[in-house]
Amino acid sequence: MADSTTARALAGGTVPGPSQPDGIPEPHFSGWTCPAPLRDQRHIVMGHGGGGALSAELIEHVFAPAYGGAALAQLGDSAVLPLGGARLAFSTDSYVVRPLFFPGGSIGDLAVNGTVNDLAMSGARPAYLSCGFILEEGVETATVAEVARALGEAARAAGVEVATGDTKVVEAGHGDGVYVNTAGVGLVPDGVDIRPQRAVPGDVVLLSGPVGAHGVAIMSVREGLEFGVDVRSDTAPLNGLVEAMLGATRDLHVLRDPTRGGLAASLNEIASAAGVGVVVRERDVPVPPEVANACAVLGLDPWYVANEGRLVAFVPREHADAVLAAMRAHPAGTGAALIGECVAEHPGMVVARTGLGGTRVVDLPLGEQLPRIC
Amino acid sequence: MKYIEEFQNPDLAKRLLDEIHATVTRPWALMEVCGGQTHSIIRHGIDQLLPEQIELIHGPGCPVCVTPLEVIDKALEIASRPGVVFCSFGDMLRVPGTGRDLFQVRAAGGDVRVVYSPLDALRLARENPERQVVFFGIGFETTAPPNAMAVHQARKLGVENFSMLVSHVRVPPAIEAIMRSPDCRVDAFLAAGHVCSVMGIGEYPELAARYGVPIVVTGFEPLDILEGVRRSVRQLETGRHTVENAYPRAVRPEGNPAAKAMLADVFEVTDRAWRGIGTIPGSGWRLSERYRAYDAEHRFSVEGITTREPAACRSGEVLQGLLKPHECEAFGTVCTPRTPLGATMVSSEGACAAYYLYRRLGGAPAPAAGKEANPVG
Repeated sequence: MADSTTARALAGGTVPGPSQPDGIPEPHFSGWTCPAPLRDQRHIVMGHGGGGALSAELIEHVFAPAYGGAALAQLGDSAVLPLGGARLAFSTDSYVVRPLFFPGGSIGDLAVNGTVNDLAMSGARPAYLSCGFILEEGVETATVAEVARALGEAARAAGVEVATGDTKVVEAGHGDGVYVNTAGVGLVPDGVDIRPQRAVPGDVVLLSGPVGAHGVAIMSVREGLEFGVDVRSDTAPLNGLVEAMLGATRDLHVLRDPTRGGLAASLNEIASAAGVGVVVRERDVPVPPEVANACAVLGLDPWYVANEGRLVAFVPREHADAVLAAMRAHPAGTGAALIGECVAEHPGMVVARTGLGGTRVVDLPLGEQLPRIC
Repeated sequence: MKYIEEFQNPDLAKRLLDEIHATVTRPWALMEVCGGQTHSIIRHGIDQLLPEQIELIHGPGCPVCVTPLEVIDKALEIASRPGVVFCSFGDMLRVPGTGRDLFQVRAAGGDVRVVYSPLDALRLARENPERQVVFFGIGFETTAPPNAMAVHQARKLGVENFSMLVSHVRVPPAIEAIMRSPDCRVDAFLAAGHVCSVMGIGEYPELAARYGVPIVVTGFEPLDILEGVRRSVRQLETGRHTVENAYPRAVRPEGNPAAKAMLADVFEVTDRAWRGIGTIPGSGWRLSERYRAYDAEHRFSVEGITTREPAACRSGEVLQGLLKPHECEAFGTVCTPRTPLGATMVSSEGACAAYYLYRRLGGAPAPAAGKEANPVG
């Protein structure tokens, strides 16, 4: 073996190695160094909003120390807070999707369904939303009206009321047409305790339907990437589905809606929060063929693509059949499937059993999912 | 999916695996050349299903990893200039140069855009005649034809605000360099199927003969890879070393003549530095004299860049199969997937990352072929 220290000193340079008899220099394989992503970021990069490891670092190192408080320590989709003898679920989310209108929905639908679903994932019954619009100077009033109309319709469909709101306008060039923030509150019923930390070995993992549609629908209409695929966003409120599941048993352990970072991020967050392992059987995770095709072309993994109308549930095995039946009987859960189980081995890790019988680790996405070259 | 699902069929995979298990009698090291093949192997857990005697060495076929630091730094410099729209394939954005990456250039105000085709960059140039639009043209023989087409079109249409930063690399000289390395322990190559679909297989018989090594042109789906392994092992066990095409649905012996003609017009062969390795003679392409006006290096005068490589690691030895990842002193201590020293620890298909993750699984033995060791649910 070549002296690796010397070779490493040469790494990255173009200094040829000792010549072979025919004069062709021998390359320095033993000093091979490859690029690593930079982690100490001086500026915010897109990955900080990607819902992956960079987002988690930002929360851990910047936001959590600054805010303190027990509520933030929950770090769930919504906070569950004691208030006046009841348990209040409280959540907020901002919506910056582009384009504003896409196959299957709009920013108005997302602004309602996203926050409603965050509340529902703690078992709460969402009741009221606030809605803040940040509008860019010059955006057409008709566009704003259309977003507002979609938002109102989505709220009625989800059975929640927009109770308060706010509007700000920023100078042209300082926004991207329309940004929306919503916050929501709801009450958690007695006897319901749903949070990521409650996953235990023996739980089964249920998924409410096929994954990947929302992210692919958005990408299919992004500027410069229009491709002819008939995929509609799955955006939908999930509070009705959760209600139906709670009808089967109050003892649901974990609910999570796999939005940014997709199914892979949600399962990793649960495994990490509860200190359990998760095993998923790949062929049982439904992926629509059009989504699989689009992902294959773009070099993306559908398990990492965002959903806006799906949930994963960790449920005690003895309730699995009843909960699955309740899900399949609800319009938002007709494609529900049992995809895996929670195990004591490999705590904090998600492992997929592949179609061929091999295994692979399903890692937390680092930041933005980027199309691969190869 | 039509023409993909068929090549993931578990029953057919089991048949191929059974034949491989029945054929192999002693240890062999096979190198899959292309990063896409490595991805598929890890994605489907194929390495765990093969006989213990067969070792897959992940080759240098990741264009992102081998693009030299100097070129990355030139990209960062060009992308930082006012008036420039810098276009790239997505996964180049997080490759670090000396101290920063393209994401950070964008965060600091640079106009860096992800495109899916070099022709999109050309379109941007036509739509924004007041801006300089630069496309980052990297990759193997697979990405080279569309890049050549974009430059050809730019010249034909007279789009003078378009240019390309070119750092293309070629597979056959890399295979030769690996075989010439004194420590080389590769017994057979799974050649990169899509590279061959462009270039054909004419460059390989001489390599197979000179170095006595089987070269099997291999595709990317599980059945393709298993077929490539099966044919390689069959050759090795019978003492043969020829070129076989195990990917005939995509690869013709002569390749794609139209693409090759375009490449010959736009590019010329040049020596190319591979990151961490050094220069491999004749292993790259640059724009030919006729198209030099579209060369971003010339247009932006970025020749005088000095580079500083971050902390080195031993991934070169890992990539050659000389060192198992866990034998590296940095493995699992200062070097983890969250704090990687090298690309082999970065992506999920990297050898070091795979070792790290599976070791944390408790070193569970690979399940027997075709059986589920631990069925779910």
